Amino acid sequence: MKVCDFGILAGLFVLLFSRCDRNPFPQGERLYNAHCASCHMEDGTGLVAWYPPLKKSDYLLKNQSMLPCIIRFGLEESITVNGVVYDLPMDGLRQLDEAEINNLINFISYRWGDKRFVQPETISEQLTECSEQE
Amino acid sequence: MNKYLLFGISIYFLYSCGAKNQPLPVLGEKFVQDGDTVFYRIPEFAFINQDSQHISNSTFRNKIYVADFFFTACPTICPKVKKQMLRINDRFDREDQVAFLSHSIDYRTDSVPRLKLYSDKLGIENPNWHFVQLAKDSIEYFANAYFNVAFEDETAPGGFDHSGRLILVDKDRHIRSYCDGTDEEDVDRFMVDMQKLLGEGL
Repeated sequence: MKVCDFGILAGLFVLLFSRCDRNPFPQGERLYNAHCASCHMEDGTGLVAWYPPLKKSDYLLKNQSMLPCIIRFGLEESITVNGVVYDLPMDGLRQLDEAEINNLINFISYRWGDKRFVQPETISEQLTECSEQE
Repeated sequence: MNKYLLFGISIYFLYSCGAKNQPLPVLGEKFVQDGDTVFYRIPEFAFINQDSQHISNSTFRNKIYVADFFFTACPTICPKVKKQMLRINDRFDREDQVAFLSHSIDYRTDSVPRLKLYSDKLGIENPNWHFVQLAKDSIEYFANAYFNVAFEDETAPGGFDHSGRLILVDKDRHIRSYCDGTDEEDVDRFMVDMQKLLGEGL
């Protein structure tokens, strides 16, 4: 009986730890791989000075609040990431709704950002800034 | 009896070792002309590279080269393929006998200055890596010449459809190997073939 209890406990432990390891944002990851990975690469390293990295990117960490607008409307002006200037415009992903943008951002933040979870209300609020510009 | 067996076995091993060290095959169609086998060769070409230099088949004389088709604004497979080509370049850039020929199929955007910007931004310092722009009416011709697929397609992302295949050409303009440039493992195998071709004397 005791051996059985131990087995169950061990099993729970394994389950717990394997859960911790897994990406909690599968939809965000799917969206990233479908829309972002061909330029920013699956591992987030970008392409030298042509497409900027997301991994270890000072720009990403400083500008997380701008992500919803960048994802929806793209980026025209040049940006500096880790001291390198990137001046190629990025196309926006207007087809994504707010929930999808939310999932995408949470995945990016989890993988390469400050790992902070962004609430849907925050995304809506941040998006109002650029919808006014349009 | 045993002697014969031993002889047979050693012949077998000799043969199988030989098979492993066989030269890379010459790919493509071949035909017999005046009793000689004639292999497919890359046709004549003349382009202007990113440094405004004229290049042609003779630029690659006494070299092996890797050829690909891409465009700088490509939003699909090109960045991934370029990343793999940079990996190949990192490994062979001290080898003057290895060259690269990247054909852009975007006849509208990828002018000489744009290709120069692209190669600079990718940090390419290898003088044997040439970027050229294909004219609209020669895209399919050269893609076919390198057993590749590339054509204009308004419905494709970026306006062009093409494969990410890398082609290895020897000093006699014969195609000796190829790989899927988006597949890291396949590119590893391709680099082994490149090394082998260098060992064969190009």
